[in-house]
Amino acid sequence: MTMRRLSVFNVTSLVIGFAFLYLPILLLVLYSFNASRLVTVWGGFSTQWYGALFRNEALMEAAWVTLRVAFLSATLATVLGTLAALALTRYGRFPGRTLFTGMVYAPMVMPEVITGLSLLLFFVAVDFDRGFWTITLAHTTLTMCFVTVVVQSRLMTFDRSLEEAAMDLGAPPLRTFFSVTLPLIAPSIVAGFLLAFTLSMDDLVIASFNAGPGATTLPIKIYSAVRLGLSPEVNAASAILIGIVTLGVISATLLSKRSVLRSRRNAH
Amino acid sequence: MRRSFAPWANPDAKPLIRFENVTKRFGESTAVDHLSLDIFEGEFFCLLGPSGCGKTTLMRMLAGFESPTEGTITLGDQNLAGVPPYRRPVNMMFQSYALFPHMSVEKNIAFGLKQDGMPKDQIADRVGEMLRLVQLEKLARRYPSQLSGGQRQRVALARALAKKPKVLLLDEPLGALDKKLREETQFELMDIQHDLHMTFVVVTHDQEEAMTMADRIAVMDHGRIVQVATPGEIYEQPKTRFIAEFVGDVNIIEGHVQGQENGLWRVKTSSAEVPLTIDDPDEVLHSGQAVAIAVRPEKMVIQRDLPGPGAINVLTGEVWDIGYLGDWTVYRVKLATGEILRVTRANASRFVENPIEWDEQVYVTFAPDAAVILAE
Repeated sequence: MTMRRLSVFNVTSLVIGFAFLYLPILLLVLYSFNASRLVTVWGGFSTQWYGALFRNEALMEAAWVTLRVAFLSATLATVLGTLAALALTRYGRFPGRTLFTGMVYAPMVMPEVITGLSLLLFFVAVDFDRGFWTITLAHTTLTMCFVTVVVQSRLMTFDRSLEEAAMDLGAPPLRTFFSVTLPLIAPSIVAGFLLAFTLSMDDLVIASFNAGPGATTLPIKIYSAVRLGLSPEVNAASAILIGIVTLGVISATLLSKRSVLRSRRNAH
Repeated sequence: MRRSFAPWANPDAKPLIRFENVTKRFGESTAVDHLSLDIFEGEFFCLLGPSGCGKTTLMRMLAGFESPTEGTITLGDQNLAGVPPYRRPVNMMFQSYALFPHMSVEKNIAFGLKQDGMPKDQIADRVGEMLRLVQLEKLARRYPSQLSGGQRQRVALARALAKKPKVLLLDEPLGALDKKLREETQFELMDIQHDLHMTFVVVTHDQEEAMTMADRIAVMDHGRIVQVATPGEIYEQPKTRFIAEFVGDVNIIEGHVQGQENGLWRVKTSSAEVPLTIDDPDEVLHSGQAVAIAVRPEKMVIQRDLPGPGAINVLTGEVWDIGYLGDWTVYRVKLATGEILRVTRANASRFVENPIEWDEQVYVTFAPDAAVILAE
């Protein structure tokens, strides 16, 4: 079989498809290097808005909050999500397993508005001051299931006889977990963490429901800034955000792919 | 000399491993069924049987990965009930080898020693010793994914031997190797077991492997042990038709006991005009009883000329198939009844004049003591 030649039709639809997806983003990044104050008029290349961004304390503060929330919620989600994945793969049948599976995965398909609203109602009901911690907890709820999915798919291909071998050689269960299981599923855990981190970083809906006067995240800040009029500074902030998210998603994909490949190679 | 080793024949010998009336059930199905078995120190013991016969479950109970539903397992003076795998003086070589992919060869071998808290320099010495034993000194720093199947098998063996366990369990140790390597490794395993004076318990479904390596073989079927004996006894004196057919090739001729003459059994069959004469004095049979006569292919003689009038156990047929294997030739002879006999002949000389050809009428004979009678 020879490689199929790309016909004119194929190339055209490919270009239009990608343009549809990425042209707006490309435009945004391009305009973040615009020398003109007017967002829609090209006035030459300049990095001045990046400089202005770093001098804008309100935006920088929001960025700092976003990073801290993302790191903390991703960490929490990774621990909880990994435990859920272990429970789902290791304890074959327990009463309420189907319900448990459904409940773990529900936040994935739940409309964000509803997740955000219900969390807000909950925090109001228990009289929890809204701010940094409420956003962090809300993001943990949102991202945990993504960690579970990634780690679970790795655990499905995990050769249990490796753990049996460790125990057979004298390692008690906990030491077996830390010296054999954990190192082998680590890439998928890191991938889950990166996914949770990026999801938390670009979330607007849930964060805006649960943000308080003390803490605003970057997406919220950008959204409200845009409502007052487009500014090249926001373009610059968005371009950086896009960069971080892209990097996170690419490394997560590579890590989980490598980890699955490795487990497959060792099976032979 | 190994052959003088036979502790099972000594009534005073104390077994190292003792299964007493052990049963293991998984839900509805019974994997091991009221099984009792003694294994002695220094034995090379094989559990042989078709897949699903319970041999792997039996081994996993010894390793501690499964616990018996009923009955007790003792090792030396220790009752193993409730003892977790990491506290048993038993190590296992897994069928998949189960090498830790994130550790180098030497780290893999050192893993068990580290768990015991052995000092570092001693660990290094022991790892070196094990690497020499399996001839892998040069690959100490490689990772499992960089090794061939045979090399991985050696690492798995070295890792399981490193702690000098009282008993080494081997689950289909040669299953993943190709034929030539398998044969070599069989003899290596035997040498290692002999040199280390260790007790080996091997699970296998390959009867040739079991015959070559074992001091004794336990043939299992449906969770029970059908026969425990030396390879020679299993082959020459199988207790049941299942064993006769499972271990090696065999011709089964069905018939009915006619009576006993001069200590020899006379068995009427549809395969031969004259009743067959069988020398199997240990069997207790009665007239009219349905029996199966088992004769190994190499104990039958194939010839073109009609044997003399005094000849016994003569079966007439025609050559249906000839398989030339180099060292052996296999003849498949079809009798008038439609039964097909398998007869082998060693190719002792390079040139045979006028060899037996396809579709020729031939006579197959066997001596009375070449056959075994198996009660149905």
